[in-house]
Amino acid sequence: MSDKLKIRLSFFAALLLWILFAGSNIYLMFVKNYEMKVDFSDLFPQLAFSLFVFFTFIYYRYAITKADSLNFTDLLWKVFIIGLVTALLSLGIQGFFMLFANSNIVKSPITFNLFYDVLVALVIIYTISTLVAWKRLILYQKSKALLRLWRLFEIAFGFALAFDFFGNQPNDNYFIAATLVLALLSLSLVFNLKWVAYLNFRQKWKGILFILLSGAYLYYFLRSLIWFSDPDMLVMDMLDRVFIWGLFGFLFTYAIISILVILFNLPTSSVFEQKLKEALDFQRLSQSVPRAETTDQIYETLIDSAMSAVFANAAWLEIHDNDGTRQVIRNLSEEQVDLIKARIENKFIKDILNLKLRRDATTNKLRDSIKHPKFKSIMALPILVQDEQIGYIVLLNEMSEAFNREMVSILTTFVSQASVSLENLTLIKESLENEHYKEELKIAKTVQKSLLPASLINNKHLIMEAFSIAADEVGGDYYDILEYEKNKFGLIIGDVSGKGTSAAFQMAQMKGIFHVLAREGVSPDVFMKKANLALSKCLDKNSFITATYFNIDAARSKLSFSRAGHCPGLIHCTKDNKVNYLKSDGMGLGILRNSSYDKYVDKTEILYGDGDAILLYTDGITEAKNENGELFGDARLKVSFEKHCDKNPKLIKEGIKDDLSEFIGRLERDDDYTLVIVRFKHNTDD
Amino acid sequence: MTEINKENKEDIHLISVKGEIDAGSSILLDNAFREALKNNKKKIAADLSELEYISSAGLGVFISYLEEFSANNIQLVLFGIKESVKQVFDILGLEKLLLIVKTEKDAMNAFDD
Repeated sequence: MSDKLKIRLSFFAALLLWILFAGSNIYLMFVKNYEMKVDFSDLFPQLAFSLFVFFTFIYYRYAITKADSLNFTDLLWKVFIIGLVTALLSLGIQGFFMLFANSNIVKSPITFNLFYDVLVALVIIYTISTLVAWKRLILYQKSKALLRLWRLFEIAFGFALAFDFFGNQPNDNYFIAATLVLALLSLSLVFNLKWVAYLNFRQKWKGILFILLSGAYLYYFLRSLIWFSDPDMLVMDMLDRVFIWGLFGFLFTYAIISILVILFNLPTSSVFEQKLKEALDFQRLSQSVPRAETTDQIYETLIDSAMSAVFANAAWLEIHDNDGTRQVIRNLSEEQVDLIKARIENKFIKDILNLKLRRDATTNKLRDSIKHPKFKSIMALPILVQDEQIGYIVLLNEMSEAFNREMVSILTTFVSQASVSLENLTLIKESLENEHYKEELKIAKTVQKSLLPASLINNKHLIMEAFSIAADEVGGDYYDILEYEKNKFGLIIGDVSGKGTSAAFQMAQMKGIFHVLAREGVSPDVFMKKANLALSKCLDKNSFITATYFNIDAARSKLSFSRAGHCPGLIHCTKDNKVNYLKSDGMGLGILRNSSYDKYVDKTEILYGDGDAILLYTDGITEAKNENGELFGDARLKVSFEKHCDKNPKLIKEGIKDDLSEFIGRLERDDDYTLVIVRFKHNTDD
Repeated sequence: MTEINKENKEDIHLISVKGEIDAGSSILLDNAFREALKNNKKKIAADLSELEYISSAGLGVFISYLEEFSANNIQLVLFGIKESVKQVFDILGLEKLLLIVKTEKDAMNAFDD
């Protein structure tokens, strides 16, 4: 059943029952007056009346919807309107009786009873609608216990209706006892007035007015009932009923208590409004992050809400962060701020202003008086982000002792909420930067790849094979080869320390240096000296490059090289089938950035045999770790090379790669590594 | 995992390094050197006996201070360094630029007064 249907049905039921009630009353009056002997119980109108009350109650239960904080005054307005209509109608009845005071028509018991029954209907409509309205108010923000008490109260009224069937008179003991029970229950309910707190100043005045008027209607209706009360004329006098006395009593009491409570609450309503505003400000602060506001907006919101929360006359906020110093000032000039700063004597507040927050922050020390022509009170709070003080807020009041302990704690919550917002903003910013860094790495990787030679040399003198892979952290491995003269080759392997794009750019510089110097056919030691000189100007302070540079003279089977701090390569000689290190002294490029470097450069020359092979690599291979944290190391690499050195360069490369991945297991590589293999062949026919 | 302790022994700033120095932890080493500079210490000793591994970023820290130390007449002595770690210094040629000795006692004796 929908609520609408319930409203309609209960309306018609109430109407029908009232007609039955009035009809049976008139009928009973006839029986009494004309002493007719009819088998018709006088309980019938009693029953009709009770059910009429019940259905009226049901009707208003659905017609007057639940109150929420916004429509308390609407609810009271409804009560007022219903009261106005019913009171005007009953005034009409009284007017009728006054107008025809001397005519027979008003002396007729029929007319008298009929009009009385109409009045009863109006009284019940008004009182029941008011009862439901009071119920809504009492049960606003109800507890379980309160709800149970109210149910009991409703049941007690049901019992009162039944009690009245016995026709007790107001002066007997049972009647008084029953009325007392209802009164006690009423008293236990009338002090539930939580709704009053939610009215603002205007609404409180309106409330007082409406409740006063509803009380006036009640008084008027009671007077009317008393005026009609005549045992000789009436079949059923409402004033003989516990129900009616209980109902009026309850409605009156609640009206009076409400008016008194609203009156007492009038002076404090501004406090409640203030609290509500604080809550809203607080919400505004916490919501400023999802809306991705800037830090400046958070500062603005903080200073404004802080000022209104503690009734400050002026304030300023200062932030020192990576972007410099920022000040947000309200009702002050910058000169005034400096003046006030100079006049602060409280050591604790001074510390806050100097961003030297001490851990023993107690609320008492945050506020003090100040010697200033205009401002007498000061309060300062530190603004912390990730446990670091980044700034402070200062509030000023023209009155002395204007700030109390509670204000400090309100402000503390405001500031900490702002701090959370700021922290979140920082986190968002950091993750964006992280994203940016990843993007940068991607670019660096692409650059690095494009710097490696697209094709290697494979001719009758040498067969070359290379492999290079970059880990997440781009380091910058580099290798290259070119033929600077017929059958003369320049070969380089290098490793740039450093990360990201800077490493990739330094690698690009190395490539430039290689292509200039190698084309000139300079000897390896000269190459390193010149390269060091060139790199000294452009490498980062804590960056360096390790490299080994080779000159290969295929016609003479001569290999000369200089090692600049790079891990020494290996050579496999077919003659004695042994693997040896390509030893040479040397120092990394960029370590010494002046001519003193030159004395540390060495050059080694060897003659190679037909089929000899060299293995060059970067430290990513020897420093690759397995699950136990062991390094692959020089020894394992040497063994691996010995194992595969008879094969062609491509298979040597694959063999070493396999040995390496077998060693490190399923662990991810955390460094770049590069392998270069060159096999020499004797070819003297040209 | 990486731990760097700083200790002032009379006029010597003693830095002891534990664990591994990679790109991340190299900042700690950098801070330790920076502090020594700030405190105007002319003698710095680095105990590397518990240094297990050093990456190129860590070596970069040593390199970056070479010039500054010699310009300010600051002496840096490394001691207790493990063979595997020393090899890394050697390959790069740093052993020619840094004063590397065996024991702490050697280190104390190595400083010129």
